This record gives sequence, C-alpha cells and structure tokens, in this order.
Amino acid sequence: MIRQKPVDVVMIGFGWTAAIMGIELADTGLNILALERGAWRDTSPDFTYPHNADELAYGIRGELFQPLARETVTIRYGVNDTAVPYRQYGSFLLGNNVGGAGIHWNGQHYRPSPEDLVFQSHMAQRYGQKFMPADMQIQDYGVTYDELEPFLEQFEYLCGTSGRAGNLNGEIKEGGNPFEGPRRKEYPNPPVHDNYGASLFANAARSMGYKPFPQPSSNASRPYTNPHGVRLGPCNLCGYCERFGCFMYSKASPQTTILPVLMRKPNFELRTHSHVTKILLDSTGKRATGVTYIDAQGRQVEQPADVVIVSAFQMHNARLMLLSGIGTPYDPVTGKGVIGKNYAYQMMSNVNVFFDKDVAINPFMAAGSGGNVIIDEFNSDHFDHGPHGFVGGGYILGGQTGGRPIQQLLVPPGTPAWGEKWKRAAKDSYLHTTGVQTHGSVMSYRDRYLDLDPTYKDAFGQPLLRITFDWHDNELKMTRFLTDRAQEIANAMKPKQTSQTIRKPGDHYDIRQYQTTHTTGGVIQGVSPETSALNRFQQSWDVHNVFVTGASAFPQNLGYNPTGLIGGLTYMSAKAIRDTYLKHPGPLVQA
Amino acid sequence: MPSKPTSPSRRDFLRQSMVAVPAVTLLGTSAIAQTQSGTAAAPSAAAENYSPHYFTAPEWDFIKAAVDRLIPPNEDGPGAVEAGVPEFLDRQMEAVYGHGGLWYMQGPFAPDSPATLGYQLRFTPREFYRKGIAAIDDWCRKQHNSTFAALPADQRDAVLHQLESGDIKLDDVPTKLFFAQLLTNTKEGYFADPMYGGNKHMGAWKMIGFPGARADYADWIEQPGKTYPFGPVSIKGEEA
Repeated sequence: MIRQKPVDVVMIGFGWTAAIMGIELADTGLNILALERGAWRDTSPDFTYPHNADELAYGIRGELFQPLARETVTIRYGVNDTAVPYRQYGSFLLGNNVGGAGIHWNGQHYRPSPEDLVFQSHMAQRYGQKFMPADMQIQDYGVTYDELEPFLEQFEYLCGTSGRAGNLNGEIKEGGNPFEGPRRKEYPNPPVHDNYGASLFANAARSMGYKPFPQPSSNASRPYTNPHGVRLGPCNLCGYCERFGCFMYSKASPQTTILPVLMRKPNFELRTHSHVTKILLDSTGKRATGVTYIDAQGRQVEQPADVVIVSAFQMHNARLMLLSGIGTPYDPVTGKGVIGKNYAYQMMSNVNVFFDKDVAINPFMAAGSGGNVIIDEFNSDHFDHGPHGFVGGGYILGGQTGGRPIQQLLVPPGTPAWGEKWKRAAKDSYLHTTGVQTHGSVMSYRDRYLDLDPTYKDAFGQPLLRITFDWHDNELKMTRFLTDRAQEIANAMKPKQTSQTIRKPGDHYDIRQYQTTHTTGGVIQGVSPETSALNRFQQSWDVHNVFVTGASAFPQNLGYNPTGLIGGLTYMSAKAIRDTYLKHPGPLVQA
Repeated sequence: MPSKPTSPSRRDFLRQSMVAVPAVTLLGTSAIAQTQSGTAAAPSAAAENYSPHYFTAPEWDFIKAAVDRLIPPNEDGPGAVEAGVPEFLDRQMEAVYGHGGLWYMQGPFAPDSPATLGYQLRFTPREFYRKGIAAIDDWCRKQHNSTFAALPADQRDAVLHQLESGDIKLDDVPTKLFFAQLLTNTKEGYFADPMYGGNKHMGAWKMIGFPGARADYADWIEQPGKTYPFGPVSIKGEEA
C-alpha cells in the first residue's frame, strides 16, 4: 500500500458539493484534496459544438453517465425478494467524471418550501400524526427555511439562476411563485423566455385561476458574472440540455461557476482516476484517519486526512458509509439503525398534448429548465391535504426540454409503434406536440432502504449497493390527484388530443422508464442520532470529522428538483466547518 | 408541417422514392430474395454500398427485410433501408454498445425477473441479434417454409406483430424483448446523426421537421408559434 502525504481535508467525489466545499474552505489555507474516480472534464474540449449536439452518444448511449459495466446498483421490491442488477440505464442516470450529475442536469433550480424542512412536525401539527400511514417515517431536517435562506441565495447567485421572485421579504410579487418562502433578494437573472408550449400552458393555467410562473432555471438568461468572477453565457435554447454538457457556458455546473477559480488555488489539489474504497477509522472507531483509494494504475493508496467530506452521488455516499462501517446500518425489521434509512425517489406523470398543424410548437427550441412554466398550487403543503388523504405533492410543468427525436418524439394515443401509421403520425405530430408534466414527492417508509447486496460486485470486487423500493399507496393517490389537475390544464389548452403516462395502483416501480435522477436518503440528516445519520450540519453523529453532503441527507423526497436544496445545505455545512469546526474539532451539535 | 420552406425537401423525397424502390426489392442482395421477388427493381444505393462487418449474409437479409417493414418507404419520407438503418445496426454491433460494454453483464442472471426490473438476459446486443435472427428464421422455415427475409411484405408484417405481442414462442429468445430491441435500435438509426450510418441525407429529420445539430434558437424563442424555416444540418456540416 502506498501512503500519501497527509492532507487537512479530503473530499470523495468531485461534483457540485465538493466544488462548493472546496471553494468555501480554500481561503482557510488548509490543504484540500479532491479524489475523483472519473476523468477531468471541461466545457472545452468535452462539450463543444457541434459534437455536443449528438443525441445518440449523449442522450441514448449515455456518454456522460457512470459506466454500469463497472459498477451499478441492484434493485428489489420487497425486503424478502432477491435483488437484480440495474444492468441498463432507465429510471435514473448516475453522473460520472469531474462535475458528476452537475454536468448533465437540466438546471431546474428550486428552493424547498418552508414546511418541507420541518415536514414531520408540520404535517403532524396540521393534520395529526394519524394522518400519516403507520409505516411512513418522514422526519425534519433539523434546519429551518429561515436559517437556510442565505445559503439558498448564495447558491443561486453562484449559478446565475434565472427566475422571478414570488415572495420578496414577505411581499407577494405578481408573476412569481406565490407559495415560495420569503427571499431577501430577487433572482440574479430574469427568466428565460417562455417556450411556446409553456406559454400555452401558462395561458390555460391562468384562465383556471392558477398562478403560473417561470421555472427557476440555472440556464443563464443573459451574460452573468458570478461572485467568484466566473462568467456564464446566455442560453440559446439549443435543445441539448439534460443528459448533455453545455457548450454555451450557460448551464450552471462546477465547471462554469467554480472550477476556473478553485483549480488555481495552490492549496487545492484534484486527483482524478482515484476510486475511494473505504473511509479509515482509528482504533476507537470515533475518528476518521483518511481514506483508501485505487489509483489509475490499480495501486492501493492510503490518504491520511484530518477531515473527510463524503461528496459523491447520493447512492455512492450511502454505499461508502456502509463499506466503511460508519454509523449503524438500518434494519427494516426493527426500524433501528440509520445508514441506508429512508431511501426515496420521485413520482412523475405526463400528459402529452397534441395540437393540429396550425400550432407550431417547435419542440427543439428549448432549454433544460429555462422557458418552462410551473404551477405550484399542489406542491408541499400549499393546499389542504385533509380531504385528499395523502401526504406530499408536486409541481405541474408546461413546456418541453427539447425535441430530440429518438427520445422525445411523441405520437398520439392509439398509434402503432411501427409501420406506415407510426411514420405518418411521427411526421404529423412532431412539430405540434408539447407536454404537461407532474413532478411529485415520495415519502420515506420503513421498508424502503439501502444496504449492501449479498451477491453482486463492482469491478473491484466490492459489493454493490442494494435498493429496496416500490410504490406505496400514498404516492399512487398523490400522482392521481396531481395528474387529474394536469389533465384539466392540458384540456384547457384546447389540443387536438392528449395522452397520459401515470403510475396506477398495482403498478410496480418500473426501472426501465426514466422518471428522475432525484434519488434521496440513506445518510439522512436530522435532530437525533437515534433517527438520523447526520446532524443539521451534515456531520456524522458517530464520527465527527466525517461530513456527508448531497441528497443522501434528505429524510424524504420533496416535490422539487433537489439541486437547489443540496447547494444550500452544502453552503451551510461549509460555513459551520470553516467558522466553528476547524477551531474546535468535535460534534457541532451535542447528541 | 410548414408548406413553403420544406417544399424543396419534399420534392427531394419524391425524387428519391422514384429512384428508390418498394420494400421487397431491397432484398436484392440475397440469393433467396432474388429468386423469390422476381419483380424487384434495383436495390437502393444505401443498401448496395455497404457491406456488413458483423452480420452474416442471411442475417443481413433479415435485418433489411425487417427494418423495411418497421419503417417502410412511402411518400411521407424515407424507409429505414433507404435511410441506412441496416448499416447503422451493423456498425452498432461492432461498437462498445454491441459488445454489451455499456451494460452490467455480471452474473448470476435472473431472466425470469419481473419485466419492470429491466433487462436481465445474458445476451450482449450482438449475441441477441445472432440468436434472435436464427431462431426467427427457423420458426419461419417451419411455419412458412421460407426464411423471414423471403416472405412477402404482408407476411413479414404478420410475423413482426406476433413477435411484438409475444405470440411466437422461441426456446432461446424472449420474442417480445427481441422485438423491442430491434425496434428501439431501428428508430435510433433512423433518427441519429447521419455520421452513424443511418438517417442518410437527414431524410428522417427532414420528414419530421427537426433541424438536427443547428442547436441555436435564441432569436426564435421570441417568435412564439412561428414556423421555423430552416432545414437540418448534421454534426459534420451537411445541410439539407
């Protein structure tokens, strides 16, 4: 085993949260090392035009995704089932290389609703504990919206997020989201122009009394220089966003917001092709001493460090904690233990909206997030759940993210999948079709969790992460309610035809269908070491010099895209490390 | 479909489809097809100029005869054969994808898992095609005394429907999955950038009105509902 020179801080995985941690800690003068198992990637030469406009390579074959051949996860529905590997991409897309999923996201940049962060307390207070099913185990984050607000703002200003405030210091603003928590400042950039499908949705929604607003988007609507002096360019609605890098420097990513500055810091080092296999603990098991990793040549390397930041994707964070023996693994029978607990996902549905040939939707004119329109009436606890009998909700989105024909071409219901009729329908529908989508929450449950698979291994011989997950009735009720509202709006758009994709009672979670990459939980934060793995600063309750960032900290999944909240929580954790922990290493919250 | 800006491309299509051929004729390179489709005109240029690297001659006949029915040629736009989908498929078989290099292929395998848990077969794509084509040709020989490729179009359609529905049961190959694989890859080839061998001259993009790799609509997003006037470009700069 090679032993490297000790560093002050080692970060495992170099995506969004590690970039934030790196830049926020760099001015302390500490030696900071990021270990990334993938390769270096940057806008040029990796995402340049025109080779970026390649649907097959990026959108379908998944050029930017973690190669499943080397490592995947396994999935089963119930605690007594045998899991099978996720052999091909479908339901969610794991990021890869420097930047991780922060490269191939859409830039949908939301804040949580205030009640999302205190969800258990809020729901119990408003509806009574019995409103929740007995096996639902939602929890509070240990952080309130007001505490987090400055950090949410900090992340938006880093990214140059484009949007329109709906609540400025408590004053409701026309044209924004009236349900959002108060923000101290307007978005750094105005909204991206609505795409045509979205504007038809907005008109229909407004006619029904809803309050449509532009989706908050980290696709910059204009040239923008962020607080680090890094410049983003204006989005040109290229239609190659989710699953793609951005050749316009418009989509916020670590590369377009932080790395040009961070990579030049003399006290920061990035080592790519460094695959961390374990976090090392001292003999007491209460303190981490560093990590071991496998380098590009396959050598085992020990990297001593005073602070370990676990900043990989949600699933990898949970797996690494299990592989390292930090915290008690969750047991779905007793409900005790914390690592792997409360895995959750999201529940999507679609209403495809087909117009006649006189309506030129031009679906290819689209950004990943900018230009789409949202209504938020049915998200979080923005409405009285009492009569509906479910917990959670979601937003409803109108518009489209592109018109890439392999993945995004839609044909009207009843069209055969092939042959002359399919071909005619493809030709007639393509330019005249848009969509209404629901983006719904998934609660956490006693029998939904992560652990290590007993059978399947990765390319290095380590056990794969095993997901035990299927839908619960609560979410099936939620999606029915939300989809009915989406259908009403779609009908008010006066289309020729619509079709619906919805998960119905009796349906299993179908891993073949892409829904979202918003997988959450497994290393959750909260108020007590009995029920959570991390305290409110994302610090391990068990090993105080281990911090775990990312959506693995979410105690349940919300109806919004997670990145905005992930960024805010990371900034809050970074500040606590910088201002408090480094001066007095130890638990930041007394158990 | 906007009438004015695309009318030249529409004329191109009509011209091409007069030169090109009804589906059956594309079996022309196969000895069996030649003997059985006496009315065949010349095979299309796309099919003619490419020699498969992976597919054997009988497999190549099968591929052309199948994709020709999945996306047939007509006045709407090019068929899959004319668009070069067989070439695309053959090249994909030789790519990392065809070798299963993008998939987790470690055992144990549990092919009888619920379909909703995704692909669980041992086959890489190239193995799947090899096994699937042989098994379907066997079945066609028993049922119809002919390879699939040599069947007339309506009978090929019938076999494809039976594969799609799973009505045909084959020992080694789950037919629904095989059909889904073939259809998915066919549409990939039809709509992917032409540099992968399919979508020749961006015919599929022209048919639907997709501008391909133009990828710049900053000026157009502020003109909602207006028909976009430009035809497609490819990654290598081909315009149509």
